Amino acid sequence: MTQLPTKTDKKLGLVIDLDTCVGCHACVISCKGWNTENYGAPLSDQDAYGENPTGTFLNRVHSYEVTPLASSAKPHPAAQTIHFPKSCLHCEDAPCVTVCPTGASYKRAEDGIVLVNEADCIGCGLCAWACPYGARELDQDEGVMKKCTLCVDRIYNENIPEIDRVPSCVRTCPAGARHFGDLGDPDSDVSKLVAERDGMDLMPEQGTKPVNKYLPPRPKDDLPEFDVLAPYLEPVAENPGGFIGWLDKALEKI
Amino acid sequence: MGKQPDLELSPKVSDEIRQTTCYMCACRCGINVHMKEGPDGEKKVAYIEGNRDHPVNQGVLCAKGSAGIMQVNAPSRLRAPLKRVGPRGSGEFEEISWDEAYTIAEGWLRPIRETDPSKLAFFTGRDQSQSFTSFWAQNFGTPNYAAHGGFCSVNMAAAGIYTMGGAFWEFGQPDWDHTKLFMLFGVAEDHDSNPIKMGLGKIKARGAKVIGVNPIRSGYNAVADEWVGITPGTDGLFILAMVHCLMKAGKIDLDYLARWTNAPVLVDKETGLLLRDKDGKELVIDRKTGKPTAFDTPGVQPDLSATHDGHKPVLHHMAERYMADEYAPENVAERTGIPADKIRAIAAELARVAFEESFELPITWTDFRGETHTSMTARPVAMHSMRGISAHANGFQTCRALHVLQIILGSVEAPGGFRFKPPYPKPSKIHPKPHCKVTPGQPLDGPHLGFVHGPEDLALKEDGTPARIDKAYTWENPMSAHGLMHMVISNAYAGDPYKIDTLFMYMANMSWNSSMNSGGVMQMLTDTDENGDYVIPHIIYSDAYSSEMVAYADLILPDTTYLERHDCISLLDRPICEADGAADAIRWPVIEPDRNVKGFQSALCDLGARLGLPGFTNEDGSQKYADYGDYIVNHIRKPGIGPLAGWRGENGDQHGRGDVNPDQLNRYIENGGFFVKHVPEGASYMKPWNSGYQDWAVETGLYDTPQPYLFSLYVEPMQKFRRAAEGHGDIQPPEHLREQVRENMDPLPFWSDPAPANLVDEYPITALTQRPMAMYHSWGTQNAWLRQLHGHNPLYMPTKLMRENGLKDGDWAKVTSPHGTITVPVMEMAALNENTVWTWNAIGKRKGAWALDENAPEATKGFLLNHLIHELLPPKGDGHRWTNSDPITGQAAWFDLKVRIEKAAAPAESQPAYPPIKSPVGKGPKDLAWKVGT
Amino acid sequence: MHPAPSVIIFTTLSGLGFGLLVFLGLGMPSVTGWTAFWFFLIGYVLAVGGLLSSTFHLGHPERAWKAFSQWKTSWLSREGICAVAALIVMALYGAGLVFFQSQWAVLGWLGALLSLGTVFTTSMIYAQMKTVPRWHMPWTPAKFLTLSLAGGALLAGQVTLAIVLLILAGAITLATWIIGDGQFAKSGTDMQTATGLGAIGQVKAFEPPHTGTNYLLREFVHVVGRKHSQKLRIISGVLAFALPILLLLLPFSHAIAVLAIASHLAGVLTARWLFFAEAEHVVGLYYGKR
Ligand SMILES: Nc1nc2c(c(=O)[nH]1)N[C@H]1C(S)=C(S)[C@@H](COP(=O)(O)OP(=O)(O)OC[C@H]3O[C@@H](n4cnc5c(=O)[nH]c(N)nc54)[C@H](O)[C@@H]3O)O[C@H]1N2
Ligand SMILES: Nc1nc2c(c(=O)[nH]1)N[C@H]1C(S)=C(S)[C@@H](COP(=O)(O)OP(=O)(O)OC[C@H]3O[C@@H](n4cnc5c(=O)[nH]c(N)nc54)[C@H](O)[C@@H]3O)O[C@H]1N2
Ligand code: SF4
Ligand code: SF4
Ligand code: SF4
Ligand code: SF4
Ligand code: SF4
Ligand SMILES: [Mo]
Repeated sequence: MTQLPTKTDKKLGLVIDLDTCVGCHACVISCKGWNTENYGAPLSDQDAYGENPTGTFLNRVHSYEVTPLASSAKPHPAAQTIHFPKSCLHCEDAPCVTVCPTGASYKRAEDGIVLVNEADCIGCGLCAWACPYGARELDQDEGVMKKCTLCVDRIYNENIPEIDRVPSCVRTCPAGARHFGDLGDPDSDVSKLVAERDGMDLMPEQGTKPVNKYLPPRPKDDLPEFDVLAPYLEPVAENPGGFIGWLDKALEKI
Repeated sequence: MGKQPDLELSPKVSDEIRQTTCYMCACRCGINVHMKEGPDGEKKVAYIEGNRDHPVNQGVLCAKGSAGIMQVNAPSRLRAPLKRVGPRGSGEFEEISWDEAYTIAEGWLRPIRETDPSKLAFFTGRDQSQSFTSFWAQNFGTPNYAAHGGFCSVNMAAAGIYTMGGAFWEFGQPDWDHTKLFMLFGVAEDHDSNPIKMGLGKIKARGAKVIGVNPIRSGYNAVADEWVGITPGTDGLFILAMVHCLMKAGKIDLDYLARWTNAPVLVDKETGLLLRDKDGKELVIDRKTGKPTAFDTPGVQPDLSATHDGHKPVLHHMAERYMADEYAPENVAERTGIPADKIRAIAAELARVAFEESFELPITWTDFRGETHTSMTARPVAMHSMRGISAHANGFQTCRALHVLQIILGSVEAPGGFRFKPPYPKPSKIHPKPHCKVTPGQPLDGPHLGFVHGPEDLALKEDGTPARIDKAYTWENPMSAHGLMHMVISNAYAGDPYKIDTLFMYMANMSWNSSMNSGGVMQMLTDTDENGDYVIPHIIYSDAYSSEMVAYADLILPDTTYLERHDCISLLDRPICEADGAADAIRWPVIEPDRNVKGFQSALCDLGARLGLPGFTNEDGSQKYADYGDYIVNHIRKPGIGPLAGWRGENGDQHGRGDVNPDQLNRYIENGGFFVKHVPEGASYMKPWNSGYQDWAVETGLYDTPQPYLFSLYVEPMQKFRRAAEGHGDIQPPEHLREQVRENMDPLPFWSDPAPANLVDEYPITALTQRPMAMYHSWGTQNAWLRQLHGHNPLYMPTKLMRENGLKDGDWAKVTSPHGTITVPVMEMAALNENTVWTWNAIGKRKGAWALDENAPEATKGFLLNHLIHELLPPKGDGHRWTNSDPITGQAAWFDLKVRIEKAAAPAESQPAYPPIKSPVGKGPKDLAWKVGT
Repeated sequence: MHPAPSVIIFTTLSGLGFGLLVFLGLGMPSVTGWTAFWFFLIGYVLAVGGLLSSTFHLGHPERAWKAFSQWKTSWLSREGICAVAALIVMALYGAGLVFFQSQWAVLGWLGALLSLGTVFTTSMIYAQMKTVPRWHMPWTPAKFLTLSLAGGALLAGQVTLAIVLLILAGAITLATWIIGDGQFAKSGTDMQTATGLGAIGQVKAFEPPHTGTNYLLREFVHVVGRKHSQKLRIISGVLAFALPILLLLLPFSHAIAVLAIASHLAGVLTARWLFFAEAEHVVGLYYGKR
């Protein structure tokens, strides 16, 4: 049913730390593995060993180069590389849900997870059109729409140890750049993290109100200019001779 | 459709979890393999996740590890032993039985062993069973054994061990929990793939700083807070400039240097060797008595400045060298591409954090001189480095320089600094020395590889010619601790130093991404002599997959995948230890092979028995080890010491030392496939000098007796070689090598420029490769999931060079080195040193390999830089071809590659393009919709 | 956006078909018996044919019926309902004309309204897409409606009306092109907002997530060269509007009428191809493409 719930009890989602993500793709493949074996149809691959291999993925890692604007302090700022994982942001105002003609797309009232009920999906693709983030992919083999499930079949799963009831991508991320939790609860760890690190929305102007947040990279290349640090290199000796002399004195002190 | 569907929120994840060790790369993480019953009632691999209890990965898993299921089901898997029927390189094979395969191998090997065992060259690439394969080679009696370390990163390993009795690589780690400043030199990924990412994550979570020194800003260097886009090959200069600044400012840890290093040890003014007492103990001046005293005398206070009739302590020599103007930031700025002020700023930051942000850990410990300390002083600057500084011809001395920097800051083994992982620390002296004495029909006189301490340890025959086919431990590269796998094929082809009969290789794609000059290697492997016989008569190769190398062998021993066999990640080898514990692990067949393949080590057990090798047969001549699993449990190296340290002894209650426990493998399996013995709390830092650790190491079987030692800022063995070059002693280098040896075997680190020998004036651009985090060398490509991430590799070029050459993304460029030319697609990268280009390593593939379509992008758009790199340097006109490697260790200098670039019209496919090889396993299926469960 | 033939044909034909049905519903021309039958047949073939072809690109056509359920939120659902309602009402109305020679006017007006509604709902499927700024404006429904009416008038032989509507539709189409070109910039969505990295500096896409292609790139990233699209705009402008108008100004003959219709159809098909091919989806930004 494609009417969005007026409010959801929880806002489960991911917080992704762009300051920490090393772009290793672990989350991408872990997601592929879990969701191929679990929720709904497998994520298929076409021409898997051929000339033009392509397949369904629910999470993909982009990378960008950002060149800071030159300033008097930094006339030639170095460019930065930023790895950028992207999966469904489980938007509060999810356009992908309301456009769906069959009701296959829906947002869960209890936790806000946006899902596709594959049994109802006609594969018209409209929801993917409506998603600004490219978070939905039509599986070529099954002809139904695929998207991040927030691992709904893990996070409540009683067959999994408590500690592992988190999304597959979160559990696997070697750098700990992915955090999972209730962004509706201001006291949750994720909400605190977002507050501390000025977590941001992607394409806020699209009005989708994403639940997932991104932590911006910390300022880079801002080592203080040498003069600030100069005291730490105050010479004790200019030449080896002087150095030996200094040694003698210095050794007395220990 | 009216209401939201109710979901099954607790689906069964699997029917069984089997815990083993990943081998999608060499990092050796623990994995939970979820097994599900398929429609056919067979249990199949359904999902792989990290093992939370495992010391290496603590639950996380990288992309490769998670893609294991696609490797275990890859269409490229070899299916049965293969006998070559077409010409070498054609890929035409016929499947044969194991018995026939053994018979063929025996037919070649038995005669060699009886006449001249050195006619067998047995080299193993990505081998995680080196203590086993070397044992086999030793039993066979050939001196020609090594693994891949020689072209990998031996500079890093050797420099570390000679300097501080342990190395980076995977043998040590930053103190992730305490460090406040982490400096990373030349690392894209490293063997510790997951641990480094986990560590960076910890540092980032604490908001501590990371400095990345790398011409390329990607991966780890992308998250670095500070990026130093250094000019390749100049790290030595940069590091020594920081040493210069720190010494001038007296920002060095005098107490640490005096107590734990050879900084105070007196250097003989005549010989340059260290002064020693009659027991051979290094001498220092005791500040209390002012007299020369053995360094380990209880209560001695080593004096860093006092001299003794003209003999000066090491620190004096360091001051004289490093305080000289040649290392002043201003004088290195241009060559390193780092502004002098930035060098100063980083040196100052190191000093600030090491000394101002220091703290004490309340750990009481007793040092080897018997003095008890109530705390440990932190120096919270950690460093790590890998091939970026080691894969250059000046790599050994650069790695040494880096260790000197760590040591003068007092940060090695101090809290917050760099920590060794057991079995390290381990002084270079107690490592074995190389052995090469060949006796027909008999085993070798000892282990092949080790550490030399002077000319007398070199692997030379009586006539002074090289004893080993790879010329390891010769005057060309005296300290080649890992052998020189990259020279084997060219030396064997040239018959220099001698001809061999059988080349036996394991797990190394030598006809492609693993070799320099791949085209040349293919030619050497296929070339015939005047009577039409192959110049290298026989080639046996073991691979698990249809790699490029398979096509070039005469006999293929098909291995299993990593989930189908026993393996042993042993303390005798490259174990999985962490700084806080000794650990080892196993692999076991979590699934049975569905093909006629066999674990390579098991095959060696069979072959060893057929050849009657002593270590592999019982007194009655019967086969000693049924298979590798049998060997792992029952083999005994030294009394009480076997491949696995855990659960030894009749009833499995002894750890480290103990008798054989028949049930050992099951105990490992019950424990998740690994064993950990934790370092006691008081022994966790300052290990080389910490009696607590030393005693624990003995108890654990890492040493036979405590082995405290001093860090070698000054490496005496090098001075011994240098003296020989200067005409002392009866073993001296040949004339044409004297100067090279004299210059390079410098006991104190120095920087030399590898660029001129690579004709930098005509080829001004450095071309590099990086490891993609989601690919493992050549074998990621056969993986249906991973190849979608890296299906081809552009040459990344800095904005400046793109502009200069009028290139835009997707254009093609001709890249020329002194050795060859390739034509490849390019892509712009802004965060890149402006005279450096790079690409991902080993993405390019040979048509027909890996069960891929012949038009696979890996073959048509992908490419290797290897075609541009030669194992020899361009001729210098002195009539001698010098090797493209470090003159100290022989490490392949991959990253000294210099090129020239010009725009090219887009060819049909990247050049050079080689004809397809016939796939011995056919081609993979078209589409995949993989699901095991029903 | 990927110009999928099935969708182009669907929107074009059903647009024409429902356009014709509108006029039939209004009794222009007021026909009965066989003439009515033929007129209705053409209307239905176009409308229904179009609707059918729209199901070709579905992953699961057999479930298409489920698409009627979400009229509360989904324009696609509404379109389906509208279309079916229109077709039923017009069928009754048509039956009246064909078999009973009687014109149940009220039914006709209702049918006309529903037919127009169908075209409108179709247009809203595109106009609602905030993710495709070029479509996301009132001009889009205006274009669909006027085109449909103009085409309908043509088919219904309402010469003067057709001329007026063609001019109107042409003008509006032109407007959508000109205004459309500025929509993406106006939307305020760019690489800086897409990545949130704008605060640091100039953002440039570096390595894509996969070296190969994927569903998103196939479906949403379709780049037509500027020159190329200008040419096509002129061609479709001439074929869809200018030429038919000229022909209609000539003394009426069936041959000419057919020619006018054919030219219009060809022109609208071209315009419709451009409608998709030129439309940039914001997701392209993540791939550094538009
Ligand atoms: N240009 C360039 N070239 C380089 C480097 C570089 O940085 N730049 N790096 C160099 C370095 S450091 C190294 S270590 C080498 C690595 O190069 P290689 O040692 O060749 O490593 P791989 O390509 O991973 O594969 C070795 C072979 O092992 C096979 N294999 C995989 N799994 C198994 C198994 O379970 N059993 C058996 N029997 N075989 C298996 C694979 O199929 C493959 O054929 O590359 C070197 N080459
Ligand atoms: N995912 C994955 N992991 C792997 C492997 C793999 O194939 N895939 N291979 C394994 C093997 S065999 C090895 S040896 C290790 C190697 O691990 P790494 O040492 O990380 O090897 P490379 O990827 O060659 O990275 C070399 C880095 O040094 C930089 N560099 C090159 N020249 C210089 C220089 O002069 N100065 C500085 N400062 N930097 C420089 C390069 O830009 C690059 O970032 O990785 C191991 N781990
Ligand atoms: S696993 Fe973590 S570090 Fe790796 S790409 Fe994903 S988010 Fe980034
Ligand atoms: S990210 Fe896209 S798919 Fe996910 S909820 Fe938002 S709009 Fe829908
Ligand atoms: S593709 Fe499926 S989920 Fe998406 S809109 Fe169409 S029916 Fe709904
Ligand atoms: S939450 Fe689950 S489905 Fe979503 S990206 Fe992560 S692994 Fe994939
Ligand atoms: S790093 Fe990845 S591939 Fe390597 S062992 Fe660990 S999980 Fe496996
Ligand atoms: Mo390596």
